[in-house]
Amino acid sequence: MAEAVHADAIQANMLSGDKIDVHDLDFYYGDFKALEDVTVGIKRNAITAFIGPSGCGKSTFLRSLNRMNDLIDGTRVEGTVLLDGKDIYAEDVDVVDLRRRVGMIFQQANPFPLSIYENIAYGPRIHGLRNKAELDTIVEDSLTKANLWKEVKDKLGQPGTDLSGGQQQRLCIARVLAVNPEVLLMDEPCSAIDPTSTQKIEDLMDKLKDNFTIVIVTHNMQQAARVSDYTAFFLAEDTNLPAKLIEYDMTDIVFTNPTDKRTENYITGRFG
Amino acid sequence: MRSRIMDKIAMGILWANGFLTIAILAMIIGYVVVKGLPAMSLSFIFTSPHGIEQSGGIFPTIVASLYVTILTVIFTTPIAVGAAVYLSEYVKQGRLVTIIRFGADTLSGVPSIVLGLFGLALFVYILGFGWSMLSGALTLTLMALPILMRTTEDALKAVPNAWRQGSMGLGATKWQTIRRVILPAAMPRILTGVVLAVGRVFGETAVLMFTVGMAINLPIFPNEPGRAMTTHLYLLATEGISMKTAYGTALLLMVIILLFNLSARKIFNKTQR
Repeated sequence: MAEAVHADAIQANMLSGDKIDVHDLDFYYGDFKALEDVTVGIKRNAITAFIGPSGCGKSTFLRSLNRMNDLIDGTRVEGTVLLDGKDIYAEDVDVVDLRRRVGMIFQQANPFPLSIYENIAYGPRIHGLRNKAELDTIVEDSLTKANLWKEVKDKLGQPGTDLSGGQQQRLCIARVLAVNPEVLLMDEPCSAIDPTSTQKIEDLMDKLKDNFTIVIVTHNMQQAARVSDYTAFFLAEDTNLPAKLIEYDMTDIVFTNPTDKRTENYITGRFG
Repeated sequence: MRSRIMDKIAMGILWANGFLTIAILAMIIGYVVVKGLPAMSLSFIFTSPHGIEQSGGIFPTIVASLYVTILTVIFTTPIAVGAAVYLSEYVKQGRLVTIIRFGADTLSGVPSIVLGLFGLALFVYILGFGWSMLSGALTLTLMALPILMRTTEDALKAVPNAWRQGSMGLGATKWQTIRRVILPAAMPRILTGVVLAVGRVFGETAVLMFTVGMAINLPIFPNEPGRAMTTHLYLLATEGISMKTAYGTALLLMVIILLFNLSARKIFNKTQR
């Protein structure tokens, strides 16, 4: 049975050419089923937004795309998640390499207690790069890509934690870019920073999507409407029921002409 | 009106309690300083006892105490830090961890004289290390281990989870995360723990009487016996040899431990941003 689903998923992925293809994903925290039957294809070089009320499993789902949930005891995944057609939950998958390819930006900017330079060099270093000149290049490149280079180029030796909240978040984006990922998962990256900094990050996302596949979880529907190309709406009908993917389509359609009544209610602000 | 008076009374009592604590501390320190200061001199610190120990200095005992303490730190730190990292970062929190923690807590509650007896039996006799710096340090390791393990665990717990996730999210392995992010971040607190444990070890008496011996000897190798400052102090006072020298030794002991504690605070403040 599982094998058959798997084969179907691979075939579907070959047809769609999606960067990430999720088929019939169920997610469990212990005995509690948090997500049920999620099937979604994440498009290449586009921004996909996950929206929905608190506790609807959108962050959980995001974290299942680079297996960050593995770090939580008692979690379990059923179903298939394909990255470029390869099952990321297969036995022979190197989780370390998966997380390099699928980078993650967290809700709270979490720069390490190191200098700005060392924060960026951290990733390349753990993957074995020693050469100082190469590291210098990567640090400059990554900070430039993250629109932060101009602001910090004269103080690379200062602690990353001394930067402002918005800068810290861009530093974290640069840190992820330094390991050359293919996908960026962003878990409410702007929820803890001011509007001006949010603007900068949204501009940055727009620039980055040319080279990366981006998935963003956001509470802010205006943000989803502004930045994303595709939108997925998640909802748990009740707190003890698993969340489901209610609607998934191009952002314009989801926001102007949703198919499901519940999506419409949510985006027009009737609940959530 | 009544509540105001009550407030005044409560304040007064609390103030008195606080004052009493400080006063007792000041009294002890003051007493030792006043009694010990006359004995203090460079030759007291840097020469050996003469005759029947009434005159001369206490240099060999200072060396013995420092020797045993440093050896203990060398034994204890890697084991304690390793165990703490294992317990708080690797193992699933559950039965086994609870048992190990309970064991550590119990070990730290064992009276030091019992530990000393155990050290005498195991290290001095059975393993044949004799009265020596080595026997002393090994026994003191048993004492310092749970203390340092718990402080290290607390230090690791104080490291924000966001850094673990950030590191793992970049594709770092668990060990890379621990070595490059978690341990450096926890280091100030761990070092503080080491220095506080050193304070405990340095002031220990019973264990050292049992395992290091009482011979006045300037130890060079770890298999040599010696007499710790605390043992020396005990013998000077109880054998009625010289109260003046006893107070001098006590003063020096306190000063050294105070220096340890001050340096612990300094390390902590310096690395804490």
